[in-house]
Amino acid sequence: MASLVLAEHDNKTLSDATAKTVSAALAISTPVHVLVAGQNCGAVADAAAKIKGVEEVLVADDALYAHMVAETMETLILSLADKYDAILAPATTNGKNILPRVAAKLDMPQISEIIKVVSPDTFERPIYAGNAIQTVEAKLPKKIITVRITGFKSPGEGGSAAIEKIAAAADPGTAKFVGETLSKSERPELTAAKIVVSGGRGLGSAENFKLIEKVADRLHAAVGASRAAVDAGYVPNDYQVGQTGKVVAPDLYLAVGISGAIQHLAGMKDSKVIAAINKDEEAPIFQVADFGLVADLFQALPELDQELAKRGR
Amino acid sequence: MKVLVPVKRVIDFNVKVRVKSDQTGVDLANVKMSMNPFDEIAVEEAVRLKEKNKASEIVVVSIGPQQASETLRTALAMGADRGILVKTDGDVEPLAVAKILRAIVGEEKPELVITGKQAIDDDSNQTGQMLAALLGWGQGTFAHKLELEDGAARIEREVDGGLQTVEVKLPAVMTTDLRLNEPRYASLPNIMKAKKKPIAEKTPADYGVDVTPRLKVLKVTEPAKRQAGIKVKSVAELVDKLSEAGVI
Repeated sequence: MASLVLAEHDNKTLSDATAKTVSAALAISTPVHVLVAGQNCGAVADAAAKIKGVEEVLVADDALYAHMVAETMETLILSLADKYDAILAPATTNGKNILPRVAAKLDMPQISEIIKVVSPDTFERPIYAGNAIQTVEAKLPKKIITVRITGFKSPGEGGSAAIEKIAAAADPGTAKFVGETLSKSERPELTAAKIVVSGGRGLGSAENFKLIEKVADRLHAAVGASRAAVDAGYVPNDYQVGQTGKVVAPDLYLAVGISGAIQHLAGMKDSKVIAAINKDEEAPIFQVADFGLVADLFQALPELDQELAKRGR
Repeated sequence: MKVLVPVKRVIDFNVKVRVKSDQTGVDLANVKMSMNPFDEIAVEEAVRLKEKNKASEIVVVSIGPQQASETLRTALAMGADRGILVKTDGDVEPLAVAKILRAIVGEEKPELVITGKQAIDDDSNQTGQMLAALLGWGQGTFAHKLELEDGAARIEREVDGGLQTVEVKLPAVMTTDLRLNEPRYASLPNIMKAKKKPIAEKTPADYGVDVTPRLKVLKVTEPAKRQAGIKVKSVAELVDKLSEAGVI
């Protein structure tokens, strides 16, 4: 029949997670339509129309969708659901928040965080923090799926989908957006960055985390953190890489002062190259690192910064 | 205000999971089982509400085998008042769990349901949202902070970009994230006291819910293993290697 992909965006820019989710949708059911729900989100719709393989972009531009509150998104997606046999969203906090509501109302189980489409009704997904991979078959009239975007490549640009405005659906009135505190950063977004430099408990303080940031800025990298560093208050929650934080797969993941708990490894072990700096040579991080340096990070990080500067970075 | 907290018995988060050689699942034999860590946070939040006189009663529910009663006892020792064990063997999908919980909500009429945001076994992250949808309630998922107001809950949520605050009308469902609170250890006197607290035993059929899985697990396999690499001796050598690998 057709797939509907929920676009991830901030009303201004379309997240790359959307295109990667379109890739999964193309392998499940075509044609693929993208739903852009937001407020003053015309630029996002234009960007979605350019994703290769997208046939139509549906735009619900209304104050109701400015922050994609789950309760209002549920009624909007349900108003469209009849026309689709697959409804997908990237496994972002929005996708995870919204899609199970849609699945429940359609009386369909949801398949969470697929990493591979084996066939249009068979999928691979990680369980137990990625320590096992489940292959699951869904012979269902509607497949409701969230997509772990590190498992998929963007289909690229080159599309010219039609853009259709759609009406807002009813507001259930059960929840409303109050406010948000977003981390402001000039650095690349954690899940999209080519290089991620992450710090752990070993940094010891928020102040010392600047050592990580300095190296990251030199490499035009994103900054990540282990759960321990977030719990200790060194950095905000959205820096967390791991099973329940963000899952990243950059070209280079540099882990500094991170011991490598399985919950952290779950969030970064698909990185192309992993490098680790830790003073404990028994740290589990070294079992997954391509390059390990046993050293005191307070000496190694400034030295690394200088070495990179010397080489023109 | 009554608070309902569903809790799941899962492999302890410190246990290294082993995939069975016949690819039917992971090995649960002789493995330490515990309460799902996110559910512990949910119980803790409910107990704190009761300590602040904002909750009158805490009912905990577990859907699983007979041994899930131990998970309920843990929650009772932390401060919950009574338990409901919905006995069933085998895997129960989140949608079926949500349907059982909907029926229990119908009987118990809580004002707030607090669940963990996900269970660390199947990592689905669905149950709370599904329950809220089935009930037509509002939800505050991945909660970082909870404030109760008159007829509403103000919930600060951990989202990809930082923190977001929503206001949901009560009754509502909240799912917990890591930094909502730090769960307490039950004291020995409280563990003893918990043994006397009531646990009602039910089955999914009592709630008219069919728990037959609708997804078919074809196999469970080991993830691709990463080879441990090499140790370098200096920062300069590390930079050399990263340059050679073409990643910086």
